[in-house]
Amino acid sequence: MIIGTAKESYRADEALLTTQPQRVWMAIFLATLVALPFVLDDYWLYLACLVAINVTAATGLNILTGFTGLVSLGHAAFMAVGAYTVAWAETRLGTPFFINLIAGGLVAAAFGILVGLPSLRVKGLYLAIATIAASFILHFCFIHFDGITGGATGINVPPLSIFGIELATYFRLYWVIMPITAVMVLGAANLFRTRIGRAFIAIRDRDISAEVLGIPLLRYKLMSFSIASFYAGMAGGLWAYFFRVVTPESFPLMTSIFLLAAIIVGGMGAIIGGIAGAIFMTLAPELLRFGMEWISPLVPNAGALLSPVRTVVFGALIVGFLIFEPQGLAEIIQRIRRYFRLWPFRT
Amino acid sequence: MNGDLLFFIEISLAGLGSGALLALTALAFVLIYKATRVVNLAVSEVLMLGGYLFFAFAAGLGLSAWVALPLAILGGGILGGIVERGLIRPMLGENPISVFMVTVGLGSILVGMAELIWGAEPKSLPAFISTTPLFLGEAYVSRKIAVAFVVAGVTISVFLALFRFWRGGIALRATATDQAAAYSCGINVPGVFSVAWIVGCATAAGAGVLLGAIGGISTTMGVFGLSALVVVIVGGLDSILGALIGGLALGLIQSWASTYLGGEYTSVVTFGLLIVAMMIRPYGLFGTHEIERL
Repeated sequence: MIIGTAKESYRADEALLTTQPQRVWMAIFLATLVALPFVLDDYWLYLACLVAINVTAATGLNILTGFTGLVSLGHAAFMAVGAYTVAWAETRLGTPFFINLIAGGLVAAAFGILVGLPSLRVKGLYLAIATIAASFILHFCFIHFDGITGGATGINVPPLSIFGIELATYFRLYWVIMPITAVMVLGAANLFRTRIGRAFIAIRDRDISAEVLGIPLLRYKLMSFSIASFYAGMAGGLWAYFFRVVTPESFPLMTSIFLLAAIIVGGMGAIIGGIAGAIFMTLAPELLRFGMEWISPLVPNAGALLSPVRTVVFGALIVGFLIFEPQGLAEIIQRIRRYFRLWPFRT
Repeated sequence: MNGDLLFFIEISLAGLGSGALLALTALAFVLIYKATRVVNLAVSEVLMLGGYLFFAFAAGLGLSAWVALPLAILGGGILGGIVERGLIRPMLGENPISVFMVTVGLGSILVGMAELIWGAEPKSLPAFISTTPLFLGEAYVSRKIAVAFVVAGVTISVFLALFRFWRGGIALRATATDQAAAYSCGINVPGVFSVAWIVGCATAAGAGVLLGAIGGISTTMGVFGLSALVVVIVGGLDSILGALIGGLALGLIQSWASTYLGGEYTSVVTFGLLIVAMMIRPYGLFGTHEIERL
């Protein structure tokens, strides 16, 4: 309990930022995001954009899995749907960037509703496996509907351009990707101040009870699926503009597992968890790479060991967090905040 | 005999052979699920590890295949025991999704370890099943597939008998039905958990050796486990009979689909079947329908 934060209305109670320090820290954080492209070199900017895309996708999955309790191992397939929609619209229709991106999100949301339909009948692990099945079927469609998807070679996407300015460098792309991610995350945070968001949480905690309380299960579960897929579609659209090529192999099952791992490591059911998890899981392989470069004089062919070591560390992170820190990084962040609340008067 | 019909019979026999392997792998899923209510996705990777262990013992150490095979199965069992005590026991009672994700992480660790030790490129196992073809009437069957079929059939029958007549098997069934009641009847429930994991992982490792003998081993052969997962979902997660029938049926269907539609249709048919089966009977064809109460 924080002292000196007496709230007089529900509005104040539900606000995203309730105390002065929170506002200050948020302002510092936003200022950092603005300053980043002027400080970082090209490689780190590339990573920053990738992190932002993963944050969007992970936040979407967090809405579905962390807040509504519906496990999906097909999130990457929705990203692929968004990416293909954007690539198709960009190359065939030539519509402006923003319309493409929204269309990518909406088409992905439509697919999300379709895949979510079994969610009323099957739950838990069965649903996770149904989403795996859906993602394999979508993968098949990406290869074989080559009139739209370009078959196994995929679609090349021309560089993103807004108002005639071509955004081909990571520096320029950052100014598109990061604001969109920020808006998406803000949207997710606000979602859980509304009836819909609270209904999701009720469904996660006990779906039958939620139905008794007057929440139509099917409608809200499908809503959750469509919102999550919309996020995935937007992330996939950004991905398409970022890597400029979309193929059926761009979004393997591994990406779905990666996103699920990101929200587990970050903390399910907390907006900050999706953000922290996506940042951590995207940057951890890079840290490993530096580690391997550092020990390369000592160990022969350290470069060849990098990929298997990454795989091991990826698995170990999932297992370790689930066993020792089931609430994820979000809980660690909370603990640090609690510690500094009374610092330096109590150790 | 008519050529088309003969061809059809040969394809069906090959399908039954791979279906038997699917059933064997599905058995590993079922054993572990029945006892501990954990869907162990790492079964796929234990399968891969079984193949690699056999490779290490038979090709690396130059042991005879008949020594290497039990060692590989034993290795799988030991791994299962360690995993159960180290990772699964602390997670019992947690959300099933969390435990499932632990096994996903474990799978990733195993794949990485195998790549670290043996490298990522595919390998072929030293031949220990003769390659002379077998003829059933006029139909040609590859001897490896026939051996796989017989081994899988015998193993599954042994398990079915054990569950019916052996005290340990009955203890496992009791644990699956009601853990608390099993405890109060004096059944060592944690022991049952360990045994189920050890036997399940040993079965998977054995299936891995058979699979490797047919198609070679690689670090990505765990994908086969996904098909076996489809089998257990369709057949019912807690039914050995479902694993057997589902495995054979899926093997047949995959074989027909890849011959008559084309190899790339295999996965879409497999997973399409899964979705249809789930819509009709979400708890599997032979699974127990649990009624949920508030």
